[in-house]
Amino acid sequence: MLDLSVRIGQVELQNPVMPASGAFSTEYASVIDINRLGALVAKTVSRNFRAGNPPPRAAEVEGGMINSIGLPTKGLQYFLDAQLPDYKQYSPPLVASISAEDADDFQAMARDINVPGVDVIEINISCPTRKPGGGNFALHAEHAHDIVTRVRAETDKPIWAKLSPNAGEIVDVAMAAEDAGADALTVANTILAMKINVNTFRPALGNKIGGMSGPAVKPIVLRMVYQISKAVSVPIIGCGGISNAEDVIEYMLAGASAVEIGYVNFRNPTAMISIINGLEDWCNKRGIRRIADLTGAVRDGDMETDTYVAAAQGF
Amino acid sequence: MQDFHYASQPFVVGRSTDTDFPACTTVEETLTTVLSHEWVNDEYKHMVVTASPKALTVKPGQFFHILCPSSDEGDLWFRRPQSVYAIDREGGRLEFLYKCVGRGTHGLATLKPGENCNILGPLGIGFTVDSAWKNIVVLGRGVGLATLAPISQMAGDAGVGVTAILSARNKEYLLSHERFEKIGASIVPVTDDDGSSDIQNVERILLELIAAARADAFYTCGSNRLFQVMKRLGAQHGIPGQIAMEQIMACGLGPCYVCVKTFEVNGERVLRRVCVEGPVFDIQEAVGC
Repeated sequence: MLDLSVRIGQVELQNPVMPASGAFSTEYASVIDINRLGALVAKTVSRNFRAGNPPPRAAEVEGGMINSIGLPTKGLQYFLDAQLPDYKQYSPPLVASISAEDADDFQAMARDINVPGVDVIEINISCPTRKPGGGNFALHAEHAHDIVTRVRAETDKPIWAKLSPNAGEIVDVAMAAEDAGADALTVANTILAMKINVNTFRPALGNKIGGMSGPAVKPIVLRMVYQISKAVSVPIIGCGGISNAEDVIEYMLAGASAVEIGYVNFRNPTAMISIINGLEDWCNKRGIRRIADLTGAVRDGDMETDTYVAAAQGF
Repeated sequence: MQDFHYASQPFVVGRSTDTDFPACTTVEETLTTVLSHEWVNDEYKHMVVTASPKALTVKPGQFFHILCPSSDEGDLWFRRPQSVYAIDREGGRLEFLYKCVGRGTHGLATLKPGENCNILGPLGIGFTVDSAWKNIVVLGRGVGLATLAPISQMAGDAGVGVTAILSARNKEYLLSHERFEKIGASIVPVTDDDGSSDIQNVERILLELIAAARADAFYTCGSNRLFQVMKRLGAQHGIPGQIAMEQIMACGLGPCYVCVKTFEVNGERVLRRVCVEGPVFDIQEAVGC
């Protein structure tokens, strides 16, 4: 009997497939059975209402999309009063995502969202389009450490720190987040990017620059997951360009315990269900009984580092 | 060991996912078959596809989010929203009338009869007709006329009189003339080449309809200029109105917040998502289209 369940610290998921924050809401229940997902990940909430960025907020690029939505939110109180009960109609664990403009507010947000019904707190310290000093704490190890420490002080709930691929040394940031008490790391957010319309000479996005996601970023983020998994012992949630079951397997082999899926939901809203079905098929065909065994199972330990020896061995 | 079998489909445009849709869902991502696909003129194409029972629940003004094939060597990475042009519930078919403007619609135009097309829907909030209304006015330009055709059909079927002011560059681009004729609409064509589409002339026509008590409600799509005049006259004469709007869209279901437009509600500016809070909005709350 195939076991698709995975464990992220204290949280058990029925399978490793979750939506990425910002690419999902209970509105997806109009097209798929969202009770089949490993967990439900809510859109990032801030303390107060935010309108978000000017349109156009997204553009197609080769291999995916760029976006600059700007974290629109109706605010924390609306999340607690309306969205939380809405999410709790469904069975998978709920991952709430929080952001804040400064460290004090981040700490206060963690305190205020530490309520029954929230199973995990994902801290979005990596939204790429926030202004410098305005919430993009995952660019620097010491900032990430500070935020995770403050959040840790306010809650016993599992904390997932969502890292930025735009950090110069993402492994250092990952280690800092682990050291400060993060229970898991979500790797990663979108990669800073731009598109210019050559007919109008205008940036394609109202915010001029944005973050890229989609299949084109997968090899880049997969490398980050691989390197981080060698450096930390907390579980990693891979997030970047996943569009089919093989992509999930690849992330798990690189060291991820679970995945979050964003872009492809926009193109194929049934994709997450198809991917869960595909994981079952893949494991059954390969005779794999526990999908969790794939985490970090990349066969790299015995790879010959001497070029001539490797070549002689037929590699 | 080499294994070329993909457990889930590789990332290829047009492929659908083999998912069971729970009965409670209102939206489907499905593969339809193209039945016919003809050029109407050098810019507009008319596509007829098969439709599932769920797809056929679509109402005028609602839309489908279409995964267009590419017309070049690349792939398309977003769907393209298209409102329905006609709904044939008995025949199990849907019709789309669209203008080829960019990669998505040019890609869509490459589909041949017999080929599959991945559509997601029905989506959004459509038009409404109040049973107390005796006569409505629809005012559209270009491809906006395609969006107004099904609501005119629905009103006509309900015994409501329809005046259709159809605006275009010239007679060749007066889309759906026959369609509106069949509905029994009173048609007022206005074109740029003879100057009849001038905003002053359209305003004069609308004022005549209001004076003749033939304008219980306004409907518009496809032109910011025409929308502004309908909004102003609607406010002055207390005539309710509805507008179908467009915006660059990603998910089509609500959560991504890409397709926002500005609206004015009780003097306050608010953002609304075209995909789930529209695409049909109260004309008095719309600011620009």
